[in-house]
Amino acid sequence: MQEKMEKNVILLAIATLITISIGGLVQLVPLYALDSTIEEVEGMRPYSPLELAGRNIYVREGCYLCHSQMIRPFRDEIERYGKYSLAAESMYDHPFQWGSKRTGPDVARVGGKYSNDWHTAHMINPRSVVPESIMPGYPFMATTELSYDDAAEHLKTLSIVGVPYTSEQVASAVADVKAQATGEGDVDAMLARYPKAAVGDFDGNPDKLTELDAMIAYLQMLGRLVDYTNYKPEMDYR
Amino acid sequence: MSESISAGGTGTPQEINYNEDVVKNFVIAAGFWGVVGMLVGVVIAFQLAFPVLNLDLEWTTFGRLRPVHTSGVIFAFGGSILIGSSLYIVQRTCQAPLWGGRALAGFVFWGYQAFIVMAALGYVLGISQGKEYAEPEWYVDLFLTVVWVVYLVVFVGTVLKRNQPHIYVANWFFLAFILTIAVLHLVNNAAVPVSFMGAKSYGVWAGVQDALTQWWYAHNAVGFFLTAGFLGMMYYFIPKQADRPIYSYRLSVVHFWSLVFLYIWAGPHHLHYTALPDWAQTLGMVFSIVLWMPSWGGMINGFMTLAGAWDKLRTDPVIRMMITSVGFYGMSTFEGPMMSIKAVNSLSHYTDWTIGHVHSGALGWVALVSFGAMYFLVPKLWKRERLYSLQLVTLHFWIATVGIVLYITSMWISGIMQGLMWRAYDQFGFLQYSFIETVEAMHPYYVIRGLGGLLFLSGAVLMVYNLWKTARGDMRDEPVVVSSAPAQA
Repeated sequence: MQEKMEKNVILLAIATLITISIGGLVQLVPLYALDSTIEEVEGMRPYSPLELAGRNIYVREGCYLCHSQMIRPFRDEIERYGKYSLAAESMYDHPFQWGSKRTGPDVARVGGKYSNDWHTAHMINPRSVVPESIMPGYPFMATTELSYDDAAEHLKTLSIVGVPYTSEQVASAVADVKAQATGEGDVDAMLARYPKAAVGDFDGNPDKLTELDAMIAYLQMLGRLVDYTNYKPEMDYR
Repeated sequence: MSESISAGGTGTPQEINYNEDVVKNFVIAAGFWGVVGMLVGVVIAFQLAFPVLNLDLEWTTFGRLRPVHTSGVIFAFGGSILIGSSLYIVQRTCQAPLWGGRALAGFVFWGYQAFIVMAALGYVLGISQGKEYAEPEWYVDLFLTVVWVVYLVVFVGTVLKRNQPHIYVANWFFLAFILTIAVLHLVNNAAVPVSFMGAKSYGVWAGVQDALTQWWYAHNAVGFFLTAGFLGMMYYFIPKQADRPIYSYRLSVVHFWSLVFLYIWAGPHHLHYTALPDWAQTLGMVFSIVLWMPSWGGMINGFMTLAGAWDKLRTDPVIRMMITSVGFYGMSTFEGPMMSIKAVNSLSHYTDWTIGHVHSGALGWVALVSFGAMYFLVPKLWKRERLYSLQLVTLHFWIATVGIVLYITSMWISGIMQGLMWRAYDQFGFLQYSFIETVEAMHPYYVIRGLGGLLFLSGAVLMVYNLWKTARGDMRDEPVVVSSAPAQA
C-alpha cells in the first residue's frame, strides 16, 4: 500500500484527503445535526441593528484578542462574572467571539454592570476609571460618526446565513438605529422587535450618533437576554 | 532501507534547469517578513507592559496590530520560507524543474506576497473577520484560494514529472500541508459579503458551531502549516546538512500517517469547559494526548539522523540550530498534550501559559528550523562556497536561545500565577483578588517577555546581515572549526 502511494502522487493525495477528513467529519457533522447542541432557552433574539453595529466595531478592533465572552462552569468564574455561558447565547453570533485569552476580564455578562458614563470614560481613556488598566484608549470612537445607511443590508445578509430577521426588521433597520440611539421616533415598535434593548444616548453626546454609542449599546446588552426562570440545568448535559 | 530515501542525489545533474529564482525570492521575502513580523511582536509585547504605546490611534492599538504580528510571522515569514523550501526540495528530490515554468512559479510568489500585503493593510485599517489566524476578509480569502490552487498544481505537476521512482518523504508532508490548508481555509472562511463593493462579510457558521469550525481550522493551521510543512523541511535539510540518511524510513511512514490522521481531531481542546458539548471536548482531549506519540516519532527521526555524527553539533552551528529546533518541537508537543488535559486546561486556558506554549513552538521549532533552512539555502542559491560567517551563526543561535528561554519562562510564571490568582479564595470564602490586581501582577513578566522577544528579533537581524553578506559573496576571515574525527556510519 505504502509502496504504491509512494510512487503515485494522485493516490497519495486521495489517501491523505480521506485520512484528514475522518476526524473533522466525526466532530463537526454531529455538532450541526444534533438538536441538543444548542439548549432551548427563552429570551434569545437577534441583535438590534445598533447592537449589531457595535458588535461589528468590537470585531473590527480585535477586542476578542483580550476579552473572552465565555464563562466556564467554575465557582470562581461564576462568582466573578455571573452564570456560566450557554451555547444558546451565541446562537446568532457571526462570528462567535468566545475568545481565547483574558488579558482583560470576560465580558459575556458585562451588560448592566456599569453605567453608560463609566463605559464612555473607560473607552476614551481606560486609566481614568481603572488606573492599573493596560487597555488601549479608543478616543476616536467618540468622535467618529456611526455609518449605518446600510443597516438593512447587514440584516439581510445575516438572514441569508440563518439569523431569523423578519422582513419588517430589515425594512425598519435604519429607523431602529436612530430610535435606539436617540430615544426619538417609534421606540415602542423598536422595543417590540428587540425586547430589553437599552435605549437613549449612550456616550453623553446627544448631538452626534457615534461609534461609541453603538459600542456601548452592544456592551450593555451582553448576557442579559436569556430568561432563566424556566431554565433547567439538566439541559446542560450534552 | 535508508538508501532508498536519501534526500535526493548528491551531485546535481547539469542538464536539469531548476527554477531557483523563485526560491531566492521566497528566501528574501522570508528575511524581510521575519524581521517585520517579529518587530511588530516586540511592539505589542511592550504595549501590554506600557499601554501608552498604543498611542490612542485607531491604527496602532493592540487589537489591530496583534493580527499583523501573527499573520506576519506565521503566514508571511513562515509561509514564505515554507513555500520557498518546498519548491526547492520538490525540484531536487524529484530531479525535475518546476512544472508550469517560470510564469506559474512567479505567480505563486507575487500572488502570495500580494495576499500578505492585502491582509496586513486590512488589519491596520480595521478590516477583520474576527476569527483568530483567519482574520482576512472574503476578498482576500478568495484571492488566496486562487494562489493556493496554482501552488498545488505547480507542486503536484513537478512530482508527476519526477525522474525518481519514489516520492521523497518531505514531499508527503508538503502535499498533506497544501491539501489540508486548502480544505481548512475553504470551510472556515465560508462567508456572504454584505456588498460586493465592501469589505464586510458575515460567516455562514454561528456560535458554538463556528467555534468548533474555527478551532478545527486554527489548530490544524498549527498542525499542517506549522508542523507538517516544517517537518517536510526537517526531512530534507537535516539529512543534507548532516550528510546522513534519515534515521528510520519505517518510523517516517508510521509517524506521517498517524500525525495526519490524529491532528485533525485535536481542535476541541481549545474549547474545554465552554458551551461546546462535552462529547466533543472529550474527543478532542483524548486525541490530543494520543498525538504526543506521532509528534515524538518525528522528533526521534530528526534527532537520530545525527546518529554517528553528533560531533557536528559542536562543529556546525547550522546543525546545532536545526537540532535545537527539533528539541523545542519535542518539548512543545509534550506540553501541548499536557495542556489539553481538561484539569490542566482549566488553569491554563485564557492565561499567558498558552502564549508561552505557542512561542516555544513558534520561536523554538518553526523559527529556528527556518533559520537553519535559510543558512543552508543562501550559499547554495547564490552559488557561494560557504556562509559569510559561522561565528555570527553561533552568536545568532545563543541570542535566539536566550530570548526563547526568557520568553517562555516568563509566560509560564505569569500564566500559572494569573490562573491561580483568579481561583484564589480568602479565609472568608470570598474571591481573594480583583481582576485588575491580577493584571498588575503581570507587569514584570510582560517586561521580561518583551526583552526576550527583543533578543530573538536581534538574532534575526544578525541573520539577515550574515545572509546578505553571503549573497554578495563576502567571506569573513575566521578560524574554521574542523571535525576531529571522520564520522562513522
